[in-house]
Amino acid sequence: MLPELGHFALILALLLAGLQAFFGIAGPMLGRDRWIAAVTPAVAGQFVMIATAVGCLVASFVANDFSVLYIAENSNSALPMFYRVTAMWGAHEGSLLLWILLLAAWTVAVTIGASRLPPRFAARVLGVLGLISFGFLLFTLATSNPFLRLDPAAPDGHDLNPILQDPALAIHPPILYTGYVGFAVAFAFACAAMLEGRLDQTWARWTRPWTTAAWAFLTCGIALGSFWAYYELGWGGFWFWDPVENASFMPWLMGTALVHSLAVTDKRGLFKSWTLLLAILAFSLSMLGTFLVRSGVLVSVHSFAADPSRGIFILAFLIIMIGGALSLYAWRAPQLKSTAGFELGSRESFLLFNNVLLVIAATTVFAGTLAPLISDALKLGTVSVGPPYFNPTFMLSMLPLLALLSVGIHSNWKRGRLKDKQRTLLYTLIAAAVLACGLVYGIYSHGRVLTPVGATLALWIVLASLVDPIDRWRRGLSLSRAVIGMTIAHLGLATAVIALTTVQSFTTERDVALAPGASTSAGGYEFRFDGVRPLEGPNYDGVGGTIVVTRQGAPVTVLTPEKRQYWVQRQAITQTSIKMHHGNNLLVALGEDLGGGRWSVRIQIRPLVSLIWLAALIMAIGGATAASDRRYRTAKVAEAPALGATARDGAA
Amino acid sequence: MTRRQRRMVLVLGIVGGVSIAGALALSAFRQNVTFFFDPTQVAAGQVPAGERFRLGGMVTQGSLHRAPGSLEVRFVVTDFSHDVPVSYTGVLPDLFREGAGVVAHGQMRHDGTFVADEVLAKHDEKYMPPEVARSLKKRHGESRADATAPPPTPSPPSAGT
Repeated sequence: MLPELGHFALILALLLAGLQAFFGIAGPMLGRDRWIAAVTPAVAGQFVMIATAVGCLVASFVANDFSVLYIAENSNSALPMFYRVTAMWGAHEGSLLLWILLLAAWTVAVTIGASRLPPRFAARVLGVLGLISFGFLLFTLATSNPFLRLDPAAPDGHDLNPILQDPALAIHPPILYTGYVGFAVAFAFACAAMLEGRLDQTWARWTRPWTTAAWAFLTCGIALGSFWAYYELGWGGFWFWDPVENASFMPWLMGTALVHSLAVTDKRGLFKSWTLLLAILAFSLSMLGTFLVRSGVLVSVHSFAADPSRGIFILAFLIIMIGGALSLYAWRAPQLKSTAGFELGSRESFLLFNNVLLVIAATTVFAGTLAPLISDALKLGTVSVGPPYFNPTFMLSMLPLLALLSVGIHSNWKRGRLKDKQRTLLYTLIAAAVLACGLVYGIYSHGRVLTPVGATLALWIVLASLVDPIDRWRRGLSLSRAVIGMTIAHLGLATAVIALTTVQSFTTERDVALAPGASTSAGGYEFRFDGVRPLEGPNYDGVGGTIVVTRQGAPVTVLTPEKRQYWVQRQAITQTSIKMHHGNNLLVALGEDLGGGRWSVRIQIRPLVSLIWLAALIMAIGGATAASDRRYRTAKVAEAPALGATARDGAA
Repeated sequence: MTRRQRRMVLVLGIVGGVSIAGALALSAFRQNVTFFFDPTQVAAGQVPAGERFRLGGMVTQGSLHRAPGSLEVRFVVTDFSHDVPVSYTGVLPDLFREGAGVVAHGQMRHDGTFVADEVLAKHDEKYMPPEVARSLKKRHGESRADATAPPPTPSPPSAGT
């Protein structure tokens, strides 16, 4: 009964999404106030229906209803309760449903926040969101319905993929998707503004908190994914430039550019058409990411099983949404004229550099991610593009970005004179360089050329970001949350750069064969292998090894890596063991049984690697702080025509 | 500088920066793209000498041998028409097994052995790397490829990072 109820709720949600889209877009166009008034109830109803559908699916998972195909494929009666709930989004169908639920949640949040917006504009925003939701619901119902029955019912399920039976998976997709879907709000605001012709600064001000919030979620989501890949996949890396990682990273880069470009549009009324374009592109890349992952066109550790009909549907949907938005853009953008000017060296110019560099970075990642696909389609051979391409090209745009950041935050709006700040900048740069070289050569006594460069740039950002806030604080002046948030986010970025530089320069990796009692040294630590013992879990068995770590005779820690064999899928899973010691992450993974008690063992020592994820958290906190600035909440604006829009609306 | 000149400088700067970045990216791209070859293509001498590439196929049953006292392993990759011996030193992935699909990165040594520095065997046990599935299909037609390469399982590995 439950699956049918969920299925039915999903169909009702589709109808409500259609109504929401129709009333939201047509209502303001035709000036029908009653239609506009119907949008909010449609949003509420749609959310209730989608929540019901998700609830039904989760309840069926919990109840082990293997007469549902999706549950039979992704769960098992031996699966612990916690993973039975998270298995809901463990594969394609459920993760789409999660996407839709989060979109509905964002839409409800916009409805609540929209009480300060002019009703027509709010209706258009909700209408566009309704259209997106309609497309995804139709996709789910037509090609990826999670409620399909299996007749006869399976005696037991095929189990959740063992690598997904992990606590981090419980929170990674929801948070990542919250970020992805959040850019839909920025996209909807951009479309609504273009439909209405209201392209003044207030539009940017309304969009900013939503975009920043989505960006903060995406930052957390990407970091969680990186963390999960680090300890669960057992390869010991934190970033592989895997197509699916790139799919989440491209919208992040574009979203970062959007957050900065919105600041210029909000404060100075400049870059209007550019900001609109970025809003469209950021969400387009989010959808493209969904397309790449879902359609299985890209080979990746993460991709779902391929199904061509799904790919074609998403492609058509992408073309309609992105093509529609870009056509709207082509129609409206020529009407946008910025009256204000700015000088080279002004804050506007630095934010322009920021945008150009971030877009270049996103483009190089895009090219590398799609090249295998294009090469394959053109029959140029099956190629793969890896870190040797991504690392240098990405660095190429990031190094100037970091260098310009420190100067940029000290620049003024409009005026290009940095005279009074030149001394501050020079002193902080010298201090950063001395500190960086001292640290790099003091602690590690060696390093690549880029090590001190990266460390210097990062420390320069730290020092330069702190000068103004400390100065204002000492003089007893107040700081807005927007400024505090920006500073925190920049400090987070600096932290990430320091961590990445250190990890890239000073990682020790060793694969060794060890007999019980034998030991090996790596990175100044001694690792003694004490053999393996059998172990048994709720739905797996396997072996657990013991590795005693010492440093110059003094005990450091004991690592207990495992090799698990999950019963249902008969899949071997390496469970790494990770411990921190003085900022070093000691990672040990069991390889294979070489016979006679000997095992191959992978040992990795990565300094400061934990700081990468912490840095992402700091950036996200910065984003959350900035998004909560009072300025965005008190900006109540009366419905005012911009660009003579109302007249044109009547005609349109 | 007048406003117009400044704007020109800015535009030229951006165009210049983008082209330099583009050129560098393209050259990095050319040097770092690795092509895929199957054993038949290797036997036919289609691989340019000294070039790094990806070799894909099935691990021949009973071909896996370990050198005692080290992490060196030897196995044979086949597409059922031709075989290529592979040598690899390191920890093999969880899903590596005889009779299953595999993709190895590396290059050919003069003695005809493929020296791998990375071995990939992803996904669950029924998974077949798509390049390998396609190559087998090309060599042996639909039926054989189906027999050796069942379609990806209904329970997929998943969620994005």
